[in-house]
Amino acid sequence: MVDSGANVATRTLPLSGVHGGSSVVRLEAAAPAERINLRVRAEDVAALSAALGVDLPVKPKTSSSGNGRTALWIGPDEWLVFGDVRTGLVASAAKSGALHSATDVSHRNTAILVSGPGSAAAINTGCPQDLSLDAFPIGACSRTLFGKVEIVLLRTAEDAFRVEVWRSFSDYAFGLLSEGARDAAL
Amino acid sequence: MLLIHCPYCEEDRSELEFRWAGEAHIARPENISAISDEEFAEFFFLRNNEKGLTYERWRHIHGCGRFFNAARDTISDKFLMTYKAGLPKQPVPASGEGETR
Ligand SMILES: [Zn+2]
Repeated sequence: MVDSGANVATRTLPLSGVHGGSSVVRLEAAAPAERINLRVRAEDVAALSAALGVDLPVKPKTSSSGNGRTALWIGPDEWLVFGDVRTGLVASAAKSGALHSATDVSHRNTAILVSGPGSAAAINTGCPQDLSLDAFPIGACSRTLFGKVEIVLLRTAEDAFRVEVWRSFSDYAFGLLSEGARDAAL
Repeated sequence: MLLIHCPYCEEDRSELEFRWAGEAHIARPENISAISDEEFAEFFFLRNNEKGLTYERWRHIHGCGRFFNAARDTISDKFLMTYKAGLPKQPVPASGEGETR
């Protein structure tokens, strides 16, 4: 029997092909990424930073980048680390030899890129944080709320944010961001 | 919107990010199998439910995820102070100092 390919599932992303926004905000799905949720005790932070090639930030609401990877402070012993697909974050962490927990959440999360002069206003549609540049400068990050769902927010530029959201919540997050983008243009 | 100071994030954040987690400074008995039913009920079920100054556990569940302690006035709903989990009960600073605005 000829293989028609009909029995092969084609993998799609949670937000495949979406785009949206308004005259002041651009919304797009981020490229697939590898992600880990990392838990490390204070005394082992240096070992994990060396193994991953990126300094795990220890100051609240800060992030750092290195070795093609970005590490976001989530809590006093918790980080979200992401990078390009298939660079082996879990394996890198394991090479540290230090006690840690690295959970692969590459497919639990997806990300929405929000850019343009109305970005902060669009996100503030559903997020209670102060997103002024003084309170939330470039590189600032936080786990927080966006409407009814939890997100991890990272400011990548003055006018650009990355919104990490659980994949099953991504349609909701994208929808509310679209509403916010239109409101920001009023 | 009520702002709550998270001692781990070191800033005031919206109440939406937090969850209440019951009365603070309740120590689990050292040898729980040795205590009487009355002592267990006292530890497990009975709470002071103070009117006025009360000490509570709160969790920054949609932020850093940490549990911490808070002194709160149950009449005015004002948070008088917050401090890290594991610290002994802290005295409330005089006249609004350390108060969440
Ligand atoms: Zn916090």
